[in-house]
Amino acid sequence: MELFLRYVRENWADLLVFTGQHIMMVLIGLLLALVVGIPLGILASRNRVSARIILTLANIIQVFPSLALLVLLMVVFGLGTTTVVAGLFLYSLLPVIRNTYVGLTQVDKSIMEAGKGVGMSPLQIMLNVQLPLALPFMLTGIRIAAVIAIGVATIAPLVGGDGLGREIYSGINMNNSARLYAGAIPAAILALLADFALERLQNGTRVAGR
Amino acid sequence: MIRFENVRKIYDDGFEALKKINLEIKEGELTVLIGPSGCGKSTLMKHINRLNNPTSGKIFIRGKDISSIDPTQLRRSIGYVIQNVGLFPHMNIARNVAVVPKLLKWDKENTAHKVDELLRMVNLDPDVYRYRYPSELSGGQQQRIGVIRALAADPDVILLDEPFSALDPISREQLQDELIRLQQELKKTIVFVTHDMDEAIKIADTIVLMKSGEIVQTGSPEHILRHPANEFVTSFIGKKHLTTDTLDPGLTVDDVMSVNPVTASPERGMAAAIQFMERHRVDSLIIVGKKRELLGYVSVFNVLKGYRHEDSRLGDIMKPFVHVVESGSSVALALTLMNEHGLPYVPVVRDGHLVGLVTRGSVVRHMAEIYNPDDMSLEELTAEAEKLKEETPLEPAEEEEEEEGGEHA
Repeated sequence: MELFLRYVRENWADLLVFTGQHIMMVLIGLLLALVVGIPLGILASRNRVSARIILTLANIIQVFPSLALLVLLMVVFGLGTTTVVAGLFLYSLLPVIRNTYVGLTQVDKSIMEAGKGVGMSPLQIMLNVQLPLALPFMLTGIRIAAVIAIGVATIAPLVGGDGLGREIYSGINMNNSARLYAGAIPAAILALLADFALERLQNGTRVAGR
Repeated sequence: MIRFENVRKIYDDGFEALKKINLEIKEGELTVLIGPSGCGKSTLMKHINRLNNPTSGKIFIRGKDISSIDPTQLRRSIGYVIQNVGLFPHMNIARNVAVVPKLLKWDKENTAHKVDELLRMVNLDPDVYRYRYPSELSGGQQQRIGVIRALAADPDVILLDEPFSALDPISREQLQDELIRLQQELKKTIVFVTHDMDEAIKIADTIVLMKSGEIVQTGSPEHILRHPANEFVTSFIGKKHLTTDTLDPGLTVDDVMSVNPVTASPERGMAAAIQFMERHRVDSLIIVGKKRELLGYVSVFNVLKGYRHEDSRLGDIMKPFVHVVESGSSVALALTLMNEHGLPYVPVVRDGHLVGLVTRGSVVRHMAEIYNPDDMSLEELTAEAEKLKEETPLEPAEEEEEEEGGEHA
């Protein structure tokens, strides 16, 4: 414990940089997943065939062991942060797609009919009615994706990436438990914080939407 | 205003939902489409705002073929209220009401003004309700919002698809009353779908009765009640509407009176009278002579007053009837008398002789026979009627004596 505290005190600047890198990788991966996943979720909600194809593909990606996926990506993108971000993006895709799809399809048919009946175009129904009502579900997806991504990002150093994983693997290789903890504990805290913050956000939308 | 010309609707699975409908819906009228479920009434209505499109045939609004109008534009010009209310749960009341004005790009001030005006129109205080969410309102309040949302952009035509059927009976009555009131103020062309004949009779200017995709009969509620076109209409209208309608003018007091009222001879003493009243559970006695000629009545209060004098007889303390009805006169006359003068009962006489008594209980019993919804046995009904009679004690109406110009036997 004392060793750990001393290590943190002496290397806090480096740790901060690693944490920043970690957050950046997760954010970029997540953002890409949103940009791609939400439209795919919308597409899936339009008809049964597209839903089956899209959800099955996303599922296949998800069941790939994370290390294997990263290695496969490394073949394409080479060593480095790009590979990690691509992996995080693929991993975040399924929760985003699936929760968007579920959120959109659970909207009450009578509410959709009301939207149509008052003269909303299909696009207006999507933007004004369906998406706002699906928002709490979509936030759940983002929350799950964020927590997974923070965890997966710790194996980034194996494919040449940065982040808190560096400390962890250095700790393992040098048999230095203080160093290992200095990587693992901030990563865990990061995951908890993300979970907590997104839950708050989600509750906020629930209260407004009820 | 709205004209259907040979409209047919055949679904993809071959089901013929509408068979050659020809119908004219008049401007400023409340037209009710009614029929059993699956008769096509909702389908027909949804053709008006193009939620359904006809397989063949044409629909005109103010002479304009609606197939040439863009559906979303058309729908913005037609108010629409659905059964499940369909308020947007994520929008507050003001935004819900303002949905169509917003689609039509009204300016904010105008819209807000309109929202407040509409809320007041259905007796919901804008300051209280404007920022509430639909889930915070009762079912009846939600449907009020549903109705005013349809009114927001001031459409000429409003469609209501079984709007009140999910509400409790009290809210439903209230909303029907409010709709009638609104309609008198606004004079919109309203098309209202329901399967409830009571509702149709209450609110409709014109009823369109449908069965398996066809119109069976069209007419005012009065016309349909009096001249049902066929067996189906008769059965759909139901027994009670027909019986009240046919019996009402011809119903006489003899039909509803109870023929064995509690009577006593004027020779009786006070103690005997009290015992008699107790046994028959009444608080007044009708005094008749030997040949049942009507002499008067005594109330329990008169009897108690006269009780001190042992030799007093009912004949000494009885009071004459101010209001009686002749046998064969209409029930309406008896009811009017009872209502106007606050009488608990009116004797029915023929040539000055008592033949029966119209009481609240006897009227209710008669009604129960007509309206008997569950076909209760006669014994049950009588028991019910007796109970009602007891709960309506025969109180002596003291003001009877003060009334002048009443009818004498």
